[in-house]
Amino acid sequence: MRLKTFVAAGALAAVAAAMPAQGKELKFAFQGSLSSLDPYALNETFTLGFLGNVYEGLVRRGADLAIEPALATKWEVVEPTRWRFHLRKGVKFHNGNAFNADDVVFSANRVRADGSDLKTRIAADVKVEKVDDYTVDFVTTKPNPIIFVEWATWSIMDKEWAEANNAVAPQSVTAGDANFATRNTNGTGPFMVTAHEADVKTTAVVNPNWWDNGAKEHNVSKVTFTPIGSDATRVAALLSGQVDMAYPVPTQDHPRVNDNGGTAMLVGPELRTIFLGMDQHRDELLYSNIKGKNPFKDKRVREAFYRAINVDAIKKVVMRGLSTPSALMVAPAPGINGGDTPSNPAFSRLGYDVNKSKQLLADAGYGDGFEVGMDCPNNRYVNDEAICTAVVSMLAKVGVKVNLNAQPKAKYFAKVLAPKLDTSFYLLGWTPGSFDSWNVLSNLHGCYNKDTGNGKFNLGRYCNPEVDALTDKVLTETDAGKRGGMIKEAWTKTLGDIAYIPLHQQAVAWGVSDKVVVKQRADNQFAWRHVTVK
Amino acid sequence: MQAITRSIDSFYRFLDSDVYYSFRSSKITMVAAAFTVLSFLAAIFSPWIAPQNPFDPAALDLLDAFTPPVWEGGGNAKYLLGTDDQGRDMLSALLYGARISLVVGFGATIFALVLGVGLGLVAGYVGGMIDGFIMRVADIQISFPTILIALLINGIARGILPKEAHDEMALYVLIFAIGISSWVQFARTVRGSTMVEKNKEYVQAARVIGRRRGTIMIKHVLPNVMGPVLVIGTINLAIAILSESALSFLGVGSPPTEPSLGTLINVGFDFLFSGEWWIVIFPGIVLATLVLAVNLLGDWLRDALNPKLR
Repeated sequence: MRLKTFVAAGALAAVAAAMPAQGKELKFAFQGSLSSLDPYALNETFTLGFLGNVYEGLVRRGADLAIEPALATKWEVVEPTRWRFHLRKGVKFHNGNAFNADDVVFSANRVRADGSDLKTRIAADVKVEKVDDYTVDFVTTKPNPIIFVEWATWSIMDKEWAEANNAVAPQSVTAGDANFATRNTNGTGPFMVTAHEADVKTTAVVNPNWWDNGAKEHNVSKVTFTPIGSDATRVAALLSGQVDMAYPVPTQDHPRVNDNGGTAMLVGPELRTIFLGMDQHRDELLYSNIKGKNPFKDKRVREAFYRAINVDAIKKVVMRGLSTPSALMVAPAPGINGGDTPSNPAFSRLGYDVNKSKQLLADAGYGDGFEVGMDCPNNRYVNDEAICTAVVSMLAKVGVKVNLNAQPKAKYFAKVLAPKLDTSFYLLGWTPGSFDSWNVLSNLHGCYNKDTGNGKFNLGRYCNPEVDALTDKVLTETDAGKRGGMIKEAWTKTLGDIAYIPLHQQAVAWGVSDKVVVKQRADNQFAWRHVTVK
Repeated sequence: MQAITRSIDSFYRFLDSDVYYSFRSSKITMVAAAFTVLSFLAAIFSPWIAPQNPFDPAALDLLDAFTPPVWEGGGNAKYLLGTDDQGRDMLSALLYGARISLVVGFGATIFALVLGVGLGLVAGYVGGMIDGFIMRVADIQISFPTILIALLINGIARGILPKEAHDEMALYVLIFAIGISSWVQFARTVRGSTMVEKNKEYVQAARVIGRRRGTIMIKHVLPNVMGPVLVIGTINLAIAILSESALSFLGVGSPPTEPSLGTLINVGFDFLFSGEWWIVIFPGIVLATLVLAVNLLGDWLRDALNPKLR
């Protein structure tokens, strides 16, 4: 009898010892799934944000988006074309391998290899040189004052691990390829992925050996991520307490989340600008009844489209007040460099004016209107399809018949992005990863150049050589005042050309349980290292 | 003149018949019939009675979106049942939506009826290998749920057709998909009745005087097996309307620019919990009532045509 009691007590003690002290679990849900664990596989905010908890770059961004040292402790300009980065010592990858300069050189080559979706992180002509085990030089052909601003999402991978597991080449998600790195992770970050089932669940635990554990804010020991595609189901999961945090929350459900005891909305402006693009390079417009010419080549037609769209109505009805109509293609948020102050009255939207729009169409020779196809994602941005449907009805009022083709983002992006560019009129959103105008000018407004990657996301192939020349100067100018002036000049030109029709910046909408405290980043990345669980 | 007299005659004969008597004596059936006829008329004349053309984007005003029904606070007399997320008048959308649902329902039922009755007649009358083949195909098909087959056919058709043709062809594809997934009931019933009828004296007599097989099937056997077909047809109409709504609800049916009742429910579903209940509730009520009414009619018809139940 006594022996039995003794054994039972011993077993209990053993179980208690095996349990981690005070397990704090964070459970969250997102609209889309995590398609790959390879940090170079997909240049998309959610994927980059998720893997940013597991991998780290040389620099990182704080909750206020300010750049902080991470795997590099400091950096300096040795000569105008040579940047020197001093690496943090004593950092270990999750598998125990030491982090050193070889890993940085390896990662710099891997991120620029074929199959990587993040090629623009480091220009192809930049030479990466190892000085010693903890010093790396980046040699550019021209001075580049903002070389590292997008490196918070350039994760450093372990060279030995990648080579041992045959994962040296990055695998493109769009091509549907996979290798060891798409299913496993080995970063230096605060969390380690323990299990990953695509479309079902991904779990991670805290990294006990993280270099920054001394200054850590969070108290999370385990993280469970569940993708929930249906808006109604995701909100229900939050309200019922199945998840502690869910995003995005559809605009019509904000009052419900706030009225429910124990959950609240966390809403802030997002840096993403939603805009409409027009095909300006084909000689004959696709999906149109106009044959032999392209109406969008005529600036009057682009202006007519711009003036036909009532962006305030979209804000009021479709976005339920949760958007900021924008004249610029970059967000007027603090920390964004838009040339002077972006809220500068020099930049304002063209007025909504149906009669002027009709007049412009008549002047351009389309007084009877015309037909055009429009491509639109239906699960990428906040109320994307509803915005497109609203645009269709607004353009119908000036006589333009728009045939809407709204489809899921996977199909949409495969259709409209290069190389196909199979679209004549489309809705897209853009967040400059560097929070700098140069990113937007180069990616969305640059004349397309296959070799340099200029204009890679310029789907309508807008091209103004003067803007291109300015963009090049913006990249290499180191004087902040002069640089701001150039940015402003470039924006004035592109807005004058009506290269795009900017609509608004949407709001970041997170539903959060009062069991957790999170910090919201304006780029909509969810960093677990700022989370505390009560 | 003679034709008119004859039709008046047959009308009086109908008023005198058992079927009409059983109709008159069932109040529920009369209500159901009234509602069905009313929906048909509303659907047929919707372009003239609807306050707005909900399929014309130029007629919609985004600023009127989410207007509640007129009796709620904030309602607008212009929109009796409120508006949806695009400023579409719900009443007009319902009228036009019911029209699409009914067209697809009728189209699919007639398609299934012609196919099923034809195959059943041949299988039952000819027999042998042909009978075996048709009935095995029917067995295989009936082991899959109807909606699954409709989804499959719909998916294949969308894959084959060019993208530009999707919206124009959407209704025909729906009719085809739903029709082909529901011919089995017709075929089985007709085959059974045909096998009974073909051994009766009048068919033997027709064969003896040397009429051709096709003629016997169509002129002599067919009219005598049509009773049960009418019953199945009516019930099938209700099922077809439901199938169309289910497909549209799943987003593979009628396009959002030309919403049927299922599409409207799909759109309204997003707003159900956020207070804009009218976008989903009204199409839901119309759909449920319509299907119920047609089903009740079918039930009554089955009882009325069955001499054993009289």
